[in-house]
Amino acid sequence: MRTVDRTTDRALLRDIGALSVAIIAVGASFGAIALAAGLPVWAVLAMSTVLYAGGAQFMAVGLVAAGNPLAAVLAGLLLNARHLPFGLTLGDTLGSGWRSRILGAHLMTDETTAFALAQPEGAARRRAYWLAGVLLFLAWNAGTVLGVLLGGFAGDPNRLGLDAAFPAGLLALLLPVLRDPDTRRVAVVGALAAVLLTPVLPAGLPVLVALGGLGVLALPRRKPVRPC
Amino acid sequence: MLIAVILALAVGTYAFRLAGVVLRERADLPDWLARLLPIAAATMLAALAATAALTEGGAFAGIARPAGVLVGLALAVRRAPFVLVVIAAAGTTAVLRLFGVA
Repeated sequence: MRTVDRTTDRALLRDIGALSVAIIAVGASFGAIALAAGLPVWAVLAMSTVLYAGGAQFMAVGLVAAGNPLAAVLAGLLLNARHLPFGLTLGDTLGSGWRSRILGAHLMTDETTAFALAQPEGAARRRAYWLAGVLLFLAWNAGTVLGVLLGGFAGDPNRLGLDAAFPAGLLALLLPVLRDPDTRRVAVVGALAAVLLTPVLPAGLPVLVALGGLGVLALPRRKPVRPC
Repeated sequence: MLIAVILALAVGTYAFRLAGVVLRERADLPDWLARLLPIAAATMLAALAATAALTEGGAFAGIARPAGVLVGLALAVRRAPFVLVVIAAAGTTAVLRLFGVA
């Protein structure tokens, strides 16, 4: 048992490590961009530690720089509303005590959730959540500090194709769950709706609208085709 | 002003994060809802991946990024290691951009 646990841990660490490298680079670009937008260093670092939500951070920097702080708050909260259903799904994955809930909740991101849900329920899922949660938090904050120090030298992560790495990584983590036919049908319909509505809805809403895909489950099932 | 924006965002986001976890513990969810939740989470993550792969600022993201994601997805379907999926996706997109493909 021990060796099995160790090999899965090693594999998990390697996978999380791969994503951490990408997150350091994107964190560095956040640090550099926020600093260039005129935010003081303390605010840049506070965003990555206290808010810790990449999409909302980039959005807030843009809107604050454009002189629209109220929009920054509202748009950021709309973008982060998806964490509520994530938390409902994860439940006691974080642990059953208050300490692990209070600390664990702060580490919740799309990637942490995906790493956790890719594991079978129970101890393995909890381990994946915490390993990914802690390492990705450290990576994002290390990246932010690096970006603040390097400034304009941090470079553009899109030149490295990292904007393709994140969706590909998420999909890879989702594949085992998507092998369930019901989940796959709902996810495909939901994702399609989200993509089509992205040009017309504010950021964050398309992902919530995707939940409408659950309606597919209410449709009558196609009868299994009998081989003749 | 800036500190108020950061605090409001941080407190609100943390409330979303904690609320789900606590609600799940407190409320006795009906079976049908407990069964739907993992499907709902997977659907939201799939929607995030799809919109991140295909769109940028509400418009089409161009060819290079979806092409990279597609290469990564093809490898993942063939059960390639996660590290390879991520590197191949980024590499494909980076090389396409190097050759001037947006």
